[in-house]
Amino acid sequence: MSLLEIEKLSLTIGDTPILRDVELSVAPGEVMGLVGESGSGKSITALTVMRLLPWAARASGRVAFDGIDILAASEDQMCALRGDDIGMVFQEPMTALNPVKTIGEQVAEGIRWHTRASRADAEDRARKMLDRVGLPSAQFPLSRYPHELSGGQRQRVVIAIACALKPKLLIADEPTTALDVVLQAQILDLLRDLVAENRMGLLLISHDLAVVTEMAERITILRHGEVMEAGDTARTLSEQLHPYTRQLAQASMHVPARARTHEVGQGNPLLQVANPLLQVAKPLLQVESVTRDYPGRRKSLLKRAAPIRAVDDVSLSIDPGQSVALVGRSGCGKSTLARMVLALDGPTSGTIRFRGEVISGKSEAELKPARRDMQVVFQDPYGSFDPRQKVEKLVAEPLHVLEKKPTNAERREMVAKALHEVGLSPRDMDKYPHEFSGGQRQRLSIARAIITRPKLVVADEPVSALDVSIRAQILDLFAELNQKLGVAYLFITHDLTVARAITDQVMIMHDGKIVERGRTSAVLDHPQSEAAKALVAAVPDLHRAITRRLQEQG
Amino acid sequence: MTTYLLKRLTIALITLVLASMVVFAVLEIIPGDPARLMLGMNASADQVELLRNQMGLNAPVALRYLHWAGGLLSLDFGRSYTYSVPVIDLVRERIVVSLPLALIALALSTVIAIPVGLFSAGRHGRAGDTIAMGAAQLGVAVPNFWFALMLIYLFAVWLRLVPAGGFPGWSAGVWPALKSLVLPAIALALPQAAILARVTRSALIDVLNEDYIRTARAKGLPYRAVLWRHALRNAMIPVLTILGLQFAFLLAGTIIIENVFYLPGLGRLVFQAITQRDLIVVESVVMLLVAAVIAVNLLVDLSYAVVDPRLRSRQ
Repeated sequence: MSLLEIEKLSLTIGDTPILRDVELSVAPGEVMGLVGESGSGKSITALTVMRLLPWAARASGRVAFDGIDILAASEDQMCALRGDDIGMVFQEPMTALNPVKTIGEQVAEGIRWHTRASRADAEDRARKMLDRVGLPSAQFPLSRYPHELSGGQRQRVVIAIACALKPKLLIADEPTTALDVVLQAQILDLLRDLVAENRMGLLLISHDLAVVTEMAERITILRHGEVMEAGDTARTLSEQLHPYTRQLAQASMHVPARARTHEVGQGNPLLQVANPLLQVAKPLLQVESVTRDYPGRRKSLLKRAAPIRAVDDVSLSIDPGQSVALVGRSGCGKSTLARMVLALDGPTSGTIRFRGEVISGKSEAELKPARRDMQVVFQDPYGSFDPRQKVEKLVAEPLHVLEKKPTNAERREMVAKALHEVGLSPRDMDKYPHEFSGGQRQRLSIARAIITRPKLVVADEPVSALDVSIRAQILDLFAELNQKLGVAYLFITHDLTVARAITDQVMIMHDGKIVERGRTSAVLDHPQSEAAKALVAAVPDLHRAITRRLQEQG
Repeated sequence: MTTYLLKRLTIALITLVLASMVVFAVLEIIPGDPARLMLGMNASADQVELLRNQMGLNAPVALRYLHWAGGLLSLDFGRSYTYSVPVIDLVRERIVVSLPLALIALALSTVIAIPVGLFSAGRHGRAGDTIAMGAAQLGVAVPNFWFALMLIYLFAVWLRLVPAGGFPGWSAGVWPALKSLVLPAIALALPQAAILARVTRSALIDVLNEDYIRTARAKGLPYRAVLWRHALRNAMIPVLTILGLQFAFLLAGTIIIENVFYLPGLGRLVFQAITQRDLIVVESVVMLLVAAVIAVNLLVDLSYAVVDPRLRSRQ
């Protein structure tokens, strides 16, 4: 007998169809994985079960939870179900908690509401639940506010809220997407334990096939609001009978074809002897024992806490055309380092040389020539464009660093060329950003980055906000531009698969220091430092997960 | 928290000193000689000069500023040129009307605006919201003296519940005094409430789109409980800002309503003093209002910290 049974669920918002004949079921104690790319309707499916849809949404079909017809239930009935029998965990832990209420209040609130328990009793239960999710009372008293916690800790609070009353069904909508891999592994472990403890059903929604394969016995693959394929996880993904399943699986294991890699000066004497030109090539970027301190929090009017060292005595160098990954967990200092490389922030001590010239501590005017040769691609393709400007203007933005201001015709020609290079049409130049999809927008930001023909592009998590198939295309584009334009990359990421796909060298950063560096494949296959081992071990791997599942099933 | 408090307090004090300099300087450069005004057009130049010396108007500017500012600190505002009584007496007489009036109006405006804002935000885009916001639009657009006239017509002339104007003084008893403040307070409060309701609504609508509202709904709280318990407090910051500004306006910007209801308030005092070039009264009242506004802003800043724990821990 299924706990949750969805039959022929169709849903429209206004006149737009969102879901068509969706079928899905979750049994008690079972983990069901719901996979799909953005816009496939997986979140809407979850919200339908909770009946937290936008009010313009119209649903038809049957959704039964524990014998209750969800679509026909009254709002009072739904309030009684939500938080008590059905819990939900959301994607973005940084915004999922009310900033003005303590974590104790927020966990206890649902308990008090549903059980009519006294404040003291409810807080007692909240305390136990927080202990259970790994937030012990010594460091995390009930009186803590969300802003005093990190993203991973906040997600634990959200899980505590959802599981406080031991729900029969937990819906987790991309619960680990915003977290780094080590935190992701911890949160997934926690969810797995909670499922086992209470025979809770778990509907796990994710765009990450590897995560779902590790967690779920059965899988449902959704595309454009329709179920493409559903069934046993291991069999579905190993047989890959449905073309879309195959496409998804291949995209998530995609490695761009790279004709040549740069191994200059990295212990390949043959190459150096054979090519005297490369031998004399100077490093493009040299970071020499750079440290960055941030002032500590003010304790009183006159006293401050000791400064926080975000980057601690880091040295590195990047050769022209080389592709380097800087990998580390969130908060390890990698973005601070990237800001200093881009001369957006100055180091407390140490020097940064770009093309042989010192760029740290220079004025904006002096930096102009250097800026021409370095550009940046950000993580969020939605937030990094002014929505009221046309593509032509957005992509042409870096041109103001050129020595000679291009004429209008020249400018349009340069923008057209850059758009062509990233696989967009020059006609797109007169459109606005909202007319593009997430992947196309990331192409726009790459076009913006290469328009000045830079020698170095710093990319801060450039594909982590993208769907797997789009991610594969963007990685290909990065690889292609590296070959064609000889541009060097500094990839900042916590995702080792990205690092493995397109970089020659990798540096592992931990607590502001670079703790390990070397050839990407060597470091990732045989990590030496604790930090690198932890990162490698935490990465969900689709191959490994499928193999393990098949072995378990015999 | 103490750091936040000290910082705000310092800023408030600096603002106060700067404001006093500006008030003093502005009145210095305004044409018109108070001594000449007091003595009338027939006085001789010598007489005027004598009076100017007596009043200290010939001393260096810096000295006069320090003298004046020092007086303010000890609540010695000097003597009015026209009434020849200490300014503090004039102010005291008026503030017992203006302050209660402002407070009643502010309370009324809050009590009307917050529920209307909640109602509208909860029905965002639907008929109830449209009607409430239409009414609010009307409240903003219609001048308050027109409201005042309508109120007088309805409650004083027709129903004869309250007096149409005038102020009997607190010595006549609390109830009669309050009764004469009710209509002006309503007339003042309605347009303010309309503005405040709109601000409350839009702040709430922003907050209702936040993820934590969904989290609260997923706990099983009904929509109404989510609105009161989670949304309202997060929407308070813009509401408090507007409330602070409104209080300042209600304290001093009520001249029209004071005239309609024939109330002896601060607004009329300043107005009369300006027409009579009674600079010392103008200066004093303006400084008093500046101090009140700064104090209210300080209070608003501190209430931000009460509402939002993030401000408490930030430096």
